Amino acid sequence: MTTVSTSKGRPGAALTKVSTGRRIKDRFVQVLVYLAFALALIPLMSVLWTVVVNGAKRFDLTFFQFSMNAVGGRDAGGGAYHAIIGTLQQVLITSLISVPIAVLTAIYLVEYAGDGRLGKVISFTVDVMTGIPSIVAGLFVLALWLLTFGFDFSGFAGALALTILMIPTVVRASEEMLKLVPNELREASFALGVPRWRTILFVVLPTALTGMITGIMLAVARVMGETAPLLLTIFYTKVINTNPVDGAQGSLPTFIWDQAKDPNQNSIDRAWTGALVLILIIMLLNLAARFVAGRRRPAGR
Amino acid sequence: MAKRIEVSGLHAYYGGVHAIEDISMTVEPRSVTAFIGPSGCGKSTFLRTLNRMHEVIPGARVEGKVLLDDEDLYESSVDPVAVRRVVGMVFQRPNPFPTMSIYDNVAAGLKLNGVRRKARLDEIVEESLRGANLWNEVQDRLSKPGAGLSGGQQQRLCIARAIAVQPQVLLMDEPCSALDPISTLAIEDLIDKLKTQYTIVIVTHNMQQAARVSDRTAFFNIAGTGKPGKLIEIDDTSKIFTNPEQKATEDYITGRFG
Repeated sequence: MTTVSTSKGRPGAALTKVSTGRRIKDRFVQVLVYLAFALALIPLMSVLWTVVVNGAKRFDLTFFQFSMNAVGGRDAGGGAYHAIIGTLQQVLITSLISVPIAVLTAIYLVEYAGDGRLGKVISFTVDVMTGIPSIVAGLFVLALWLLTFGFDFSGFAGALALTILMIPTVVRASEEMLKLVPNELREASFALGVPRWRTILFVVLPTALTGMITGIMLAVARVMGETAPLLLTIFYTKVINTNPVDGAQGSLPTFIWDQAKDPNQNSIDRAWTGALVLILIIMLLNLAARFVAGRRRPAGR
Repeated sequence: MAKRIEVSGLHAYYGGVHAIEDISMTVEPRSVTAFIGPSGCGKSTFLRTLNRMHEVIPGARVEGKVLLDDEDLYESSVDPVAVRRVVGMVFQRPNPFPTMSIYDNVAAGLKLNGVRRKARLDEIVEESLRGANLWNEVQDRLSKPGAGLSGGQQQRLCIARAIAVQPQVLLMDEPCSALDPISTLAIEDLIDKLKTQYTIVIVTHNMQQAARVSDRTAFFNIAGTGKPGKLIEIDDTSKIFTNPEQKATEDYITGRFG
């Protein structure tokens, strides 16, 4: 070390000094990156801010306790109890149907299909499903479930439409997470004489779980905000209907839509609060999922 | 416990690629056999045919016979899962299960095969960790994640995991290539200890290691890229390293090529 620094006239100078040009470029790009970040945050913050400010007005107990039964557009009061119940039920049913199907599909695609023809067909179908506009999913259920089979509007019919939208997103997200599980772990398990299905259940799935839960939550958030397919399959009601298999039901997106199209300030305030509640529900679900996933992982790493 | 392995006329393929050609050899019980040879000559492939791990890779297949005490592993009635319980394997890179604690890593093979009794599991975990010379280092933190150990400890954890299912044969695919010399020494001592109970086959790129740990050494070679790997000769380690029959073996060992 010392020999190197004494042999040259200016020890270390060539190693430590960054030329002014490079420093300027560095700073310039740094500022650009921060600016881009800020630019991306502006719309997000603006939406959140507007919803919170406007939604705060009616964010009271009445809102969570009452439906819109016999409440007119001009009336103050009224609430979204019927809509919150409806949305939670519909999304729960959607998740109960689509998560098992989607996760099993992803497992088949990653763990079993290989280069087989069936795997390619399924993969292609999932791609096509990803591109289905939500209103088309609603129309499909309307045509099949309501018009052909003759069932009435119901929360369940809405859940069927949402299922069509949720399955492909969960399949894709789970597939990516399963692919990230290193093959060495599967081989380690096989080499212990563990059958493939147990390897998947006890080695592969736990390793991919955190990521899969995140993917599922994103899909839940996406379908929770769908409006158009619900209007076609659940329709809309201002009264409380706690039975998701019988008759029209409320839901937060349709509540917001219904209240926002009314020109009265009281209705518009209710629409804002509905939006705020929808955002809060999605946020809470996300936090809960993260908490659960975080606890499942052993400490360290 | 330990079993003899007799291989005859074994070929292995990856899809259309002929990876190893016509290998026959006998591996004695309670001995260490080392496989040496240049990269890509089929040592690891051959090793993986001994517990039917080769066929896990899509398109891979095997022809020929592998007898484990007179039982052909490639008989159509044989369950590959059962084979792997009898013939354990340790891989090149330590691969503990990242979601499991040290305890669960060692118990994984048993738990996933239906052993549930806590007392029995405790006993086997301790025995296996002692067997892998790791007990003293981890006994206070069995519930900590296995991935938090150092590389050398992780590899010994993997060895403990492999011997916990009480196999007859232990295959090791370059178990020390990712480790520092001290951890390597720990593993080599362990191999020496394990060979009193198990039949051990080890692939290594380190010829000193082969000379140190093995009783017999097999030299594999490849005629050129795209050609299948072949067994050149197998003999007592002392003979291979001092007076090999084949010119190619001597050239490889003395560093004239490879």
